[in-house]
Amino acid sequence: MAHYLEFEKPIAELEGKIEELKRLTGDGTLNIADEVAKLQAKVDRQIRTVYGKLSAWQKVQVARHPERPHCKEFVAGLIDGFTPLAGDRLFADDAAIIGGIGRFRGQSVVVIGQEKGSDTESRIKHNFGMAKPEGYRKAQRLMALADRFSLPVISLIDTAGAYPGIDAEARGQAEAIAKTIEAGLRIKVPFVAAVLGEGGSGGAIAIASANKVLMLEHAVYSVISPEGCASILWRAADQAQVAAEALKLTAQDLLKLGVIDGIVAEPLGGAHRGKEETIAALGDAIAASLAEMKGIDGGVLRARRREKFLDMGRRGL
Amino acid sequence: MSWLTNFVRPKIRALVRKTEVPDNLWDTCPACSKMIFHRDLEAAQRVCPHCGHHMRLPAKRRLETLFDEGVYARIELPKVVADPLKFRDQKKYVDRLKAARDKTGEQDAILVAHGRIGGMSAVVAAFDFEFQGGSMGIAVGEGLVAAAKLAVLQQATLIVVPASGGARMQEGILSLMQMPRSVIAAEEVKEAGLPYIVLLTDPTTGGVSASFAMLGDIAIAEPGATIGFAGARVIEETIREKLPAGFQKAEYLLEHGMVDMVVHRHELRATLIRLIGLLTEPKPRAEIVAMPMPQLEIPDAKA
Repeated sequence: MAHYLEFEKPIAELEGKIEELKRLTGDGTLNIADEVAKLQAKVDRQIRTVYGKLSAWQKVQVARHPERPHCKEFVAGLIDGFTPLAGDRLFADDAAIIGGIGRFRGQSVVVIGQEKGSDTESRIKHNFGMAKPEGYRKAQRLMALADRFSLPVISLIDTAGAYPGIDAEARGQAEAIAKTIEAGLRIKVPFVAAVLGEGGSGGAIAIASANKVLMLEHAVYSVISPEGCASILWRAADQAQVAAEALKLTAQDLLKLGVIDGIVAEPLGGAHRGKEETIAALGDAIAASLAEMKGIDGGVLRARRREKFLDMGRRGL
Repeated sequence: MSWLTNFVRPKIRALVRKTEVPDNLWDTCPACSKMIFHRDLEAAQRVCPHCGHHMRLPAKRRLETLFDEGVYARIELPKVVADPLKFRDQKKYVDRLKAARDKTGEQDAILVAHGRIGGMSAVVAAFDFEFQGGSMGIAVGEGLVAAAKLAVLQQATLIVVPASGGARMQEGILSLMQMPRSVIAAEEVKEAGLPYIVLLTDPTTGGVSASFAMLGDIAIAEPGATIGFAGARVIEETIREKLPAGFQKAEYLLEHGMVDMVVHRHELRATLIRLIGLLTEPKPRAEIVAMPMPQLEIPDAKA
């Protein structure tokens, strides 16, 4: 049973009808191909309409869609011979951030990504993609490894934010994030980041200080969740829709602001309706970004990365 | 009701009121609730003389207390795009900005100044908590970048004094981008071989703590300052339990290895002079050799 979002109701109804038709005529006595095709065309039109004008809040929901492809699926689809590397060598291994080495289209790369999990068990294992200091320190370690062996870094971002907990604070969550941003800005190798779903605040920017920052078409990236913003600025959590709009957190707005470098188109109806297509499209975009940086001196890459961030915010929407 | 009661009496009252004792002559310590004479509190750099509680120090006062003889030159902050998102919550962001500017007389939440500390060149970037909670937006980021550039230009030590709740939400993602920008600023000072000292004051939280504030060569915290990434309320809502006493306080960070020292405000200048001297003048100047080591006396907090 597919998961439908609130605004996908008309689509759900139509698809339900198609299912019903197929079930009713399972014996093959009735020719329903025409009817199904007509309904399918209607579904496509409906999806096109709905997804053609998603509001910021609807995008937040799509970005959080439980069936949206997550980090692990992208790694499985894009990285050959992925070899996970664990631990921060200081305290623990944090499953909210996975990392390792492998080959991306033939080239050795270091991959760092936030994994939310896809069912209750794996969500708990990955702490819903909310990393603790050890996760960020693992990321730093992997960035240093990439730098030592001149391997490009690919980071995949999908988190509601860094984990807010006593243990995380006690072990220096703030320091861990700060040092990870610093590590990302420091490395002398090509660094590509992609926001897959949610780019949640400091937890996201920690691994996103990259040469090229890409976003999937319906991903969101924000300084605070719309709910958090609404409860602070509007003093009403139910104003999240308004806050989402005001925060300008969509890929389209962020491209205009010069905060990201490219948008990767999602299949009709969002990434959850075409996982393989989405994964391949992101692969192409990452490959293009890496190709652009090929042969450029590491010091130049680092200098350009810094210049890019220093220039940010010097123009408005 | 007559002309006398409606018009003259209020006027007389207004005149009389001016001669009354203003109620701001006495402050109450939020920690021990004792009354402190306003002038005494200012003389004590807003440290409670009764219990040693460190109250927030306005940014200008901070600059005065750090530089030699309280003398410094401020630099003008670079002009930035105002309200890049055309943000509006219950109020328009431009109106909030205007109110903050009227209230503080400052352009944004950071003051950058240069001068001498113990005779040595220093640039200080002090956050103004009175300005939108010291929140970090583009202007603050530009201030930090400018402060770093100035420090490199003058071969000076950079001291940053955060007092901030975190990112300026009304600038959305662009406020988040001040995290990498401020990290770059700190990095430029470090690469120039100059000391980068962070003085963590109350509060240093959110995106500010998770960027430049935690990257100091030396991290000094003021007693009792709240320092941490996630807000206490958010943590309580997440873990559904009460936080331990002293959680995210300066002393807690010291215990957990996150800062080098917690220094009483009255000892700050002396500590900074000693640190900058040790870091930048490995071979002491003759007059310093001749001087006895100053005895550091930490005022008894319980006095």
